[in-house]
Amino acid sequence: MPTYPMLEYLWIVPLLPLLGAAVNGPFGAKWPNKFVNIVAIGSTGLSFLGTLEAVREFFESGQRLFHKEFFTWIAAGNFRAGFDLQMDQLTVVMVLVVTGVGWLIHIYATGYMAHEGGYYRFFSYLNLFMFFMLILVLAANYVLLFVGWEGVGLSSYLLIGFYFLRKSAADAGKKAFIVNRIGDFGFMLGMFLLFRAFHTLDFQAIFTSSTLQGWPVEVSGHLGTLTFACLLIFMGACGKSAQLPLYVWLPDAMEGPTPVSALIHAATMVTAGVYVVARSHVLFMHAPTAMLVVAIVGCATAFFAATIGLVQTDIKKVLAYSTVSQLGYMFLACGVGAFSAGIFHLMTHAFFKALLFLAAGSVIHAMGGEQDMSRMGGLGRKIPSTYVTMLLATFAVAGIPFWAGFFSKDAILFATFQSRPGGTVLYVFGLLTALLTSFYMFRLIFLTFGGKPRFDEHKVHVHESPWSMLGPLVVLAVLSTVGGWVALPALFQGPDYFVNFLGPVFGGHETAEAAGDIAAHHLELILAGVAVGAALIGMVVAYWLYLKRPGKADGLAHSLKPAYTTLLNKYYMDELYAAVVVRPLLWISTNALWKAADVAGIDGAVNGIADGARAIGDGVRHAQSGNTRSYAVWVVVGAIVIIAVIFFWPSGGKPVLGMVH
Amino acid sequence: MVPTNYYVILSAVLFGLGVFAFVFKRNIITIFMSIELMLNAVNLAFVAFSQALGKLDGQVFVLFVIVVAAAEAAVGLGIIILIARNRQTLNVERVDLLKL
Repeated sequence: MPTYPMLEYLWIVPLLPLLGAAVNGPFGAKWPNKFVNIVAIGSTGLSFLGTLEAVREFFESGQRLFHKEFFTWIAAGNFRAGFDLQMDQLTVVMVLVVTGVGWLIHIYATGYMAHEGGYYRFFSYLNLFMFFMLILVLAANYVLLFVGWEGVGLSSYLLIGFYFLRKSAADAGKKAFIVNRIGDFGFMLGMFLLFRAFHTLDFQAIFTSSTLQGWPVEVSGHLGTLTFACLLIFMGACGKSAQLPLYVWLPDAMEGPTPVSALIHAATMVTAGVYVVARSHVLFMHAPTAMLVVAIVGCATAFFAATIGLVQTDIKKVLAYSTVSQLGYMFLACGVGAFSAGIFHLMTHAFFKALLFLAAGSVIHAMGGEQDMSRMGGLGRKIPSTYVTMLLATFAVAGIPFWAGFFSKDAILFATFQSRPGGTVLYVFGLLTALLTSFYMFRLIFLTFGGKPRFDEHKVHVHESPWSMLGPLVVLAVLSTVGGWVALPALFQGPDYFVNFLGPVFGGHETAEAAGDIAAHHLELILAGVAVGAALIGMVVAYWLYLKRPGKADGLAHSLKPAYTTLLNKYYMDELYAAVVVRPLLWISTNALWKAADVAGIDGAVNGIADGARAIGDGVRHAQSGNTRSYAVWVVVGAIVIIAVIFFWPSGGKPVLGMVH
Repeated sequence: MVPTNYYVILSAVLFGLGVFAFVFKRNIITIFMSIELMLNAVNLAFVAFSQALGKLDGQVFVLFVIVVAAAEAAVGLGIIILIARNRQTLNVERVDLLKL
């Protein structure tokens, strides 16, 4: 019996959901929902328990990094990619979020999907997603991480297109898959570049290699190997985590069932990009140019998506743009070197955004499938449990003090303010984003739950969701409220437990905040106050526009018509992509590849050869008369010809066929 | 001692007769016999050269040819009997089912 059994058999953690998928997929179709539930929830629940035990053992063992090679997957020359899993503090955060939140969402989904067709298929895909996501966060090298990376992309595609009979859902799935492919292309190139530079793709081997230790920090503006590799990896992260310019798939991904939006497109998969950047922080620290690009892209995405979120009326679309925006915050944090803050926000965001989506799902469930907020209103009194939990999540995302989002967002903004170069500009946009976030989130709350009902109360039978759905909501509401309190002592000049916790991973790369600088601490308090002020302004404006003077918002939209329509059409980004990428591609495919190359070239050659063969056959088939004696004549003629050739070939005395001299 | 030339000429004449009958006769039995004639013409040439060169190789070949000819006669006659039963004729002009 090993001392730390769960760590020694860490592969059990990802394997359990895979087993769940393998059982439910082929056999679940004939089972009642109850059996499917037991398999799906049981496998993820056991995986969660296994994770807890593994994490406990990891801390008990007191090691800085647990790393174990289970088997060699690829061995080619001096290249080795193994099924190697590792665990450190960063993995602990990720794996707990993935299994914990994932398990809650599984439970929620049993209630939400109860009346849907393809119940077993849904849970099979969801378990498959859990498997790949766990591989992604537990992997100890880039190759295995990429397996998980592609696997979650596949699961995402399958689940977005879950209602595949609806064309918009099928299209959204394809869009997500294809846009992600573009990012993955960069990710792979980044891996190749890293392999060329370091001759390995193991995390620890790269990060602790003497090559990297002796590698000079590539100065800004200088495009060295590491800068290129980091930018390419960040390109993959942009695709997976829906950053500019590859964010377009995430809003469309809302075509999937709401639990999928909560699990994959809010809490876990889309944060994989942030995780990869944080995991590769040693590389990024050597490439300030890449860091600056990460920060700028993150900040721009955060602001850009928040502005679109202001005017959307579909409740899930608002949350989708909010997710894009919050992911931008995480990249901003990574870009300014505050990796702990980024991961902190990743964790709190997983709690409150999963809760927001699940609560939105509860609202949609209550409204019988209605997603348009302009046809909601006054739901607060009818579905109070959903209302209260969603309000708590909104406090968290808006950055109202002492809810989870406040601490993480504060940490990011503080780190941004201190960063050089361009810290002030990034900070201003970050702060504006915080204001916008607060506004559109409270707009969502007021439109949905406040005011008077804007739907036919006789037709829509509003009902509270079952406990299988409310239970996860309550747990997540608690987590959204207390999830940030680990950073609470930092406000009172105490230690920041989260930063200290991740210290072994991110080492000495943290900002002055961790150093306990008094002046920095006062600055942080001031900045926190400013951020809270921004959040309150957003909340008050939303209250005034949507509750106090309900007609005012339409008037404002009318007076700012150009800006409003631009935002409503999402800056015409989809149209731009259609004009710049999709339509030229279609034109080239149709005219050059299809009609010219395929039909004329390839088909022409193949059919031409076939026609030629047929014509020759038609000509010579008359030799086959069917008359035995004619064949005999041909045999004799052939023999005479061969003998004649042997004897009379003008060979100049040389032997012919080696027979006759 | 008969010179080798005589044997070779006789062999060539027999072979030529065999080819002639093979091409121009219509009766399957006759065609079959002409094939046997050609085989034996070749056998004669083999034996003649074997004797002239003082080597046994040619005679060994002849034994093989005789064995193969016997097997061929067994199979070939069987086919001829089947054709005769099915088509009530031995004329090869009438056996032309392979014609396109």
